[in-house]
Amino acid sequence: MSDHAAEHADHFREHIRRYLFVFYALLFGTLITVAASYIPFGNRAMNIGVALFIAICKASLVACYFMHLISERKMIYAIMAFTAFFFAGLMFLTLWTYADPPFHTVTH
Amino acid sequence: MEIPYTVEARPDTGLYNAKVGIWLFLASEVMLFGALFSTYILLRVGAPEGFWPHGWLNIPVGTVNTLVLITSSITTVMAWASLKMNQFGRFKFFHACTLCLALTFVGIKSYEYHDKFIHYEITLNDGKIADGHLVKKTADEVVISGHYVEDRKELFDLRASGATHEHKEIAIPRSQIKKMENYGPWHSTYLAIYFTLTGLHALHVIGGAIVIGFLWGPGASLWKRDPERFTNRIEISGLFWHFVDLVWIFLFPVLYLL
Repeated sequence: MSDHAAEHADHFREHIRRYLFVFYALLFGTLITVAASYIPFGNRAMNIGVALFIAICKASLVACYFMHLISERKMIYAIMAFTAFFFAGLMFLTLWTYADPPFHTVTH
Repeated sequence: MEIPYTVEARPDTGLYNAKVGIWLFLASEVMLFGALFSTYILLRVGAPEGFWPHGWLNIPVGTVNTLVLITSSITTVMAWASLKMNQFGRFKFFHACTLCLALTFVGIKSYEYHDKFIHYEITLNDGKIADGHLVKKTADEVVISGHYVEDRKELFDLRASGATHEHKEIAIPRSQIKKMENYGPWHSTYLAIYFTLTGLHALHVIGGAIVIGFLWGPGASLWKRDPERFTNRIEISGLFWHFVDLVWIFLFPVLYLL
């Protein structure tokens, strides 16, 4: 094996160690999510917050390491920035709409 | 005609074309699932107090399925890394694992769907409600394994303390049945959004599995002709697969635990 090929293989072995670490973190995160759902944090909103926080951490690990977002080109970051903006808009518009119902609406 | 930039990076983007393509596609997928997640939020905050179900789905089964999907993500990325290290045999092994895990996920999901379709809520003429899984259905009677409740509200929060009921076989003559409905998507807004979200996700799993299966089988011949291009194809299919995993990371707590 040439020096370059050996260096290349070493580089990917390092990547694999990182992937395995992320994998164990995801397994642990899943078990923590389930365990946390059995703990009463005071009210249901708090439980939702904790579960979503863990889910966001897990999703970030998948996106950053498995999908290599941590070391991507600017082009991909630009696509993701637009996506994040519109996704946030979608979520918040829904909540704002709910908090601001039209007058004279019959509610039961 | 030669397709440009399948391997080498395009000068203006710094990426091969398929990579830009898959990220644009994933951006549209985020908006698709985002629309359904916002629907979920709207339905949930709009549900009357005490009428949003908790504990309707089997948490251990959902946890196992989550672990299956996470494991399939690591095998996908290991398959790609194997190709980068020029280890085609290892790639075949890891991709076969991904395929098996994908089929396991779909199998478990089918079991869960079946469990909902044989679960019935039966309203009797006297107002009592029988709830449970179908054992037998004849022209004269319906037999379920379940329990009676006086108020429908008792069926909603199964994770509340004291919500567990002793299940026994109940035979109900057809003449006493006012309404009988299974836990399909038509049963409630929760089940409607549950089946929509998980059904769409399952379609993505099946679609991804078909692509992975092709690249594992007949599509793998490209490795001999153009290994770099084949490796890029695996990276692209892997990005899609990780996205499917990422969606499930949110679906699991939202539908099963909260």
